[in-house]
Amino acid sequence: MSGKRVTFKNTWLAVLLIAPQIFLIFTFFYWPAGEALYWAFTLEPPFGGEMQWVGWQNFITVFEDPLYWNSVRRSLIFALCSASIAMGIGLLLALFVDRELPGYRGYRFMYFWPYAVAAPAVGLAFRFIFAPDAGFISAINQWFPDLWNPALDGFDAMILIVVANAWSMVAYNFIFFLAGLQSIPRSLIEAGAMDGAGVLRRMRDIQLPLLAPTVFFLIIINITDSFVNSFGIVDITTGGGPARATDLMVFKIYSDGFKGKDYSLAAAQSIVLMGLVVLLTFFQFRYVERRVHYN
Amino acid sequence: MLSRRLIMGAAIAASAIFGLSAATAQAQGRQRFEYWYGLTGQLGEVMADHCRRFNESQTRYEAVCVGQGGYDRAEQNTIAAYRARQHPTIVQIYDAGTVNFMLSGATYNAVTFARDFNMRINWADYFPGVASYYATSRGEMWSFPYNSSSAVMYWNRQAYRSINRNEAAGSWEQLERDLRSLKAAGHACPMAIDFDTWQWVEQFLAVHNQPIATRDNGYAGLNAELSFNKGLLSTHLNNMKRWFDEGLVRIQTAQTGKTLVQAFADGSCAVTMSSIANHGVVGATQTPGMEWSVAMLPVYEGYTRHNSLVGGASLWVMQGKSRGEYEAAAAFLDWIATPAEVQWMPTVTGYIPITTPAFQQMTAAGFYQQPRFAGRETSITSLTFTPPTNNTRGIRLGNFTSIRAELQSELQAAFTGQKSVQQALDDAASRGNQILRRFEQTMRGRELP
Repeated sequence: MSGKRVTFKNTWLAVLLIAPQIFLIFTFFYWPAGEALYWAFTLEPPFGGEMQWVGWQNFITVFEDPLYWNSVRRSLIFALCSASIAMGIGLLLALFVDRELPGYRGYRFMYFWPYAVAAPAVGLAFRFIFAPDAGFISAINQWFPDLWNPALDGFDAMILIVVANAWSMVAYNFIFFLAGLQSIPRSLIEAGAMDGAGVLRRMRDIQLPLLAPTVFFLIIINITDSFVNSFGIVDITTGGGPARATDLMVFKIYSDGFKGKDYSLAAAQSIVLMGLVVLLTFFQFRYVERRVHYN
Repeated sequence: MLSRRLIMGAAIAASAIFGLSAATAQAQGRQRFEYWYGLTGQLGEVMADHCRRFNESQTRYEAVCVGQGGYDRAEQNTIAAYRARQHPTIVQIYDAGTVNFMLSGATYNAVTFARDFNMRINWADYFPGVASYYATSRGEMWSFPYNSSSAVMYWNRQAYRSINRNEAAGSWEQLERDLRSLKAAGHACPMAIDFDTWQWVEQFLAVHNQPIATRDNGYAGLNAELSFNKGLLSTHLNNMKRWFDEGLVRIQTAQTGKTLVQAFADGSCAVTMSSIANHGVVGATQTPGMEWSVAMLPVYEGYTRHNSLVGGASLWVMQGKSRGEYEAAAAFLDWIATPAEVQWMPTVTGYIPITTPAFQQMTAAGFYQQPRFAGRETSITSLTFTPPTNNTRGIRLGNFTSIRAELQSELQAAFTGQKSVQQALDDAASRGNQILRRFEQTMRGRELP
């Protein structure tokens, strides 16, 4: 950092300029989050009216429920699987495009598209493709009966939502990886090539270490995204079933809060989920970032 | 949290826009009121059509009808809008939402409303089974019955002919024999089932006059406890599980690719059970030439058949609107309860005529003789089979949608072999009871009317 600092002489103008942003963040984040925090300690009748202060009761109900821990476990499995698949494939595609394999201009342009598809639309498409009776995949069941049935097999259902979520996140990861790869000075790679390092060797020893900041950033984004944005996919493809096999935390919040009209229980779960995401991000910054070198 | 903000925001934005336009409309002379409905797809179009026809039928009032994209959304959005004081005058709420609305303090109960606004409604005209579902424990109706249905058994006549039978099974014992014959005759899917508790559990218990919960299925108080895990249901679901393992029944859901109705309509499954509202859907989507009928739900031998439960939705009037809006709403509610309009609904949907006079007029006019509608009277026979008992007048349990969801998940666990049927029912009842106790605590100080 250079010693020169740019300062605003006109504080009021600065305040005025950031005010709309602050206002938006307050209205759409801090206010609802504060409200949820308050609800989490009360019992809130759906239509309003006299609410009761119940202290930690909602949190105790949540933590004592074995099915809540089931949903935490499912969410972690989902987040880890879909993040690693999405990042792995995204990286692979980015490496291909970066190596300017035939047709890379087209791919560079097209790979981003899946991310623009809304989660419920992704869910609908995957439900059709993977439906055991009628989908494209139903051919498998003709050769191996009952091999694939996400409607009855929890393991298959988990695969289905992991694949659907990974598919839409690959595109996002691809763009960041490609940008990261292209900012690596060509001279480094050329020097490696002149020293006799093959393609794979150069990827492993030059490109990947230099991509570390991107990888770190994407891990956080992917994990967070799969915790909070998986709702659309689960809602359309599996509805949390079969037998709660895909009852992810965010989906459970929805079904308890909106279907069950138990706003207080849903609020308590939201607070727990928020805490978990904050904790994960903190952990990653604290321990993983140490291993990342930005230069 | 994100989705809640979106829904609330959307509801508030929508209400603000319509609230504004309601104000401007008064200047133009027609008194407007807002009406939110939950049905979607073809049935949603029928709802919109009903509004349009009301607006064309007279010049004083105008119904502003807004589809909410599903029954559950209609309830969620109404709650959000009510908290923001931006709610509609009338809202269509499904059977399972009845308790929430009765206890909300946010509604203008139907009997009082009809009296205050001099409505012409004759409460005794409604079929008892329809009326009792939406009435308080003292028999006062708090919402206006609207689109109503009941569960029936759909059966494929051609498939039955292949096993030399020409009538539907009246008992589960006979149905089991039929399913075995169908299987032996080479039918891959004798009967389609899913995990929807409405027809497979709630209606099953009603026609066998078995309780789903203590305290008269919850009508007598919020301290009711679920009791469906003790008794006939367990025996029956054990039979179902056995039939499932033997390949006599198959699970058909949107996740497997075809729903019950789709699997029946394309001829791949020979029998299923579903709402009479799907009668029109099957007729419109069936394989050309397929011959099929509907029959009442089967009853186990040794049990007396009782009336089945009404399904569908009713119309609730909300508190806090202007006198003008209420007058317009009363005109609308009066209009849809006229015999002509009660008869219109069954001609464009599979729903039943909800009043006895309308049903008699339709029968006399030969409506049920027409091939397209033949069999639809079955649901009325089923709905009115006996006068409602404490077990068959309805279900009045708090957060019932959550209880349904618990039962559904446990049934999935049982049918995928993770636990026994009895264990699944016990777990569902014990989790359902926790939900009821939380509901009771949340509603402390309020009593079911």
